[in-house]
Amino acid sequence: MLSQQLVNGLVLGSTYALFALGFTLIFGVLRVINLTYGFYFSIGAFVALTVAREFGATIWVALPVGALSAGVVAVVADWILLTRLRRAKAGELASLMVTLGAVLALYSLMAVFIGTDIQRFPFGFVDNTAIEFGGIRISLVQMLIVGTTFVLVAVLFLLLQRTKLGLMIRALAENEDAARLMGINVGLTVAAVSFLSGTLGGAAGVLIGLNFNAIQPFMGEHMMLRGFAVIIIGGLGDIRGALIAGVLLGVLEVLTAGYISSNAKEAVAFTILVLTLWFRPVGLFGRAQAKRA
Amino acid sequence: MSRLLSRVGAAALGSLMGASLLATPVMAQQTVTVGAIEILSGPSAAYGTAIKGGLELAMDEINAAGGVLGGKKLALIVEDSAGNKDQAVNAARKLVGRDKVPVVIGPTLSNEMFAVGPVTNDRKVVTIGTSTTAKGITELGPYIFRTALPESDVVPVTLKTAKEKFGVKTIAMMYANDDAFSKSGFDSMKAAAEQLGLTIATIETFGSKDADFSAQLTKIKGLNVDAITISALVEPISGVVLQARQLGIPASVRFIGGNGANSPKLGEIAGAAADGLLVGSPWFIAKKGETNEKFVSTYKQRYGKDPDQFAAQAYDTMYIVAKAIDTAGAADSEKIREALYKTDFNGVMGPFTFTEGRDPASNEGVVVLSMKNGRFEILE
Repeated sequence: MLSQQLVNGLVLGSTYALFALGFTLIFGVLRVINLTYGFYFSIGAFVALTVAREFGATIWVALPVGALSAGVVAVVADWILLTRLRRAKAGELASLMVTLGAVLALYSLMAVFIGTDIQRFPFGFVDNTAIEFGGIRISLVQMLIVGTTFVLVAVLFLLLQRTKLGLMIRALAENEDAARLMGINVGLTVAAVSFLSGTLGGAAGVLIGLNFNAIQPFMGEHMMLRGFAVIIIGGLGDIRGALIAGVLLGVLEVLTAGYISSNAKEAVAFTILVLTLWFRPVGLFGRAQAKRA
Repeated sequence: MSRLLSRVGAAALGSLMGASLLATPVMAQQTVTVGAIEILSGPSAAYGTAIKGGLELAMDEINAAGGVLGGKKLALIVEDSAGNKDQAVNAARKLVGRDKVPVVIGPTLSNEMFAVGPVTNDRKVVTIGTSTTAKGITELGPYIFRTALPESDVVPVTLKTAKEKFGVKTIAMMYANDDAFSKSGFDSMKAAAEQLGLTIATIETFGSKDADFSAQLTKIKGLNVDAITISALVEPISGVVLQARQLGIPASVRFIGGNGANSPKLGEIAGAAADGLLVGSPWFIAKKGETNEKFVSTYKQRYGKDPDQFAAQAYDTMYIVAKAIDTAGAADSEKIREALYKTDFNGVMGPFTFTEGRDPASNEGVVVLSMKNGRFEILE
């Protein structure tokens, strides 16, 4: 039973990490608490659901279509909502309020058009059989989630450290004015970061919606609370930190529910969050401070 | 059919006698007006619309068969509460003060009734909830009745059936701990399980918006229970059921649901994973018996869609009210109140009488449903 619970925790933790990747990227690079991120998660799932339902697309088509659409939505949303604020060098609180209002409006709009009923991908969209070995069961979708999360972390890490775009993004994260003086096209880099994080959010929406069979407009809202905890525990803007914090949180939640009390499950994330802010405000791995310097 | 015929016959005879005894046209045209407060607009309008449909269908049948009090027509004024307590209270004041109705049917929601009940009870106007299942409704006062079977009357039937039919002895119990409806359903389940002498292996909770239940279900899997009870809204129930099967809890371990599971949504979301789930329902569309079959077909013909539980409860309630008016011999609230205690009616919900506490006395009409291929069927 313990091994199964650890697998459960790994899967749950991977969904948290997958969700948090794009969120931490926006936060770390653009210095914006962009609450519309939860909407990218919902819209990615809905676009994938629509192409699967209406055009009979397979997961290998629906997943990229959903993810890339969310990326486009993210670029547009960022441009409309935050360009003015960025130009005026408004504080983090201003972007928080603007994106809070925007995300509530977007969720409600989506609810008007799609309804608040839970929907699911068509039956048989992905082979739902579980694989069993040594008394542990894991389904294909769950393996896909864990695999995708680890692969995306590696790809993002390489992109940021080894490519020219990564260098531009890191320069922007360090200091926007300096980056501009070095000849970096800040507007384009901002758009690239928005697109990347929107795509990550959308992909997370598709995979998590697929795993839990529960797609509805407000699905992103519920994930945001966990997403916040993960990126703060992992360190703002820290990709590897988000992965480790996500998995850690998932495993701890599952063990708490399995061995202590399911009533205490909800408390785990926020207890760790408070402890982190008290004792290690830079996050578990302390990278945020290095970037902020 | 015979029951219906005799009802129609008696009413027809009544109207004939009425016509011959009081053969003045003025009297023949008099009506007895009943009020109703239902949700006809807003997000919960589906409930009120179904109830209004059931009430009007019954009313027209009663009128076609001769009406009440020997030839008077029944009439119905339906006020819209929009699901809002204040609007419901205003509607009640209007019905009682201006329209002077002797009986108010509704309101739709329990928390509307908690606002309306004290007002109508104060004015000594009989008020009958057809869909208000919360605890404490009829304790609002001696004029407050209800025909809706509370969940605490339905769940014991489901559990008893599971015990007798499938030999369920040990259960795990699950419920959503952030929602009053789910918690009160769980309380009823727990009381019923204890009364039946079932062993409760564990009690697990989750949040209504949770999507992951793997930790709780893995724990339950290790306990080798015979069945899992669950009290929540239909969305989390669907998620739990899906993940249980994914984690390898065999189909022989049945889920036993509370009222929240009694929704076609369950089959739409969970599909075959929900097969075997048991739920008790005060009414079911495929319930046998001519009264019900006729109700379903005429309702469908008139409104172009299937009736639901709320329409069925409202339909019976209208007949119960009409009978009470006849027994009272006058459209007088005080006399109707006394007559309601003598109700002995057999409608689409099954045999119906009131307890001293003005609640439904019998849960004989409860049917236990089992999920099969994503649809509910009556458990044979």
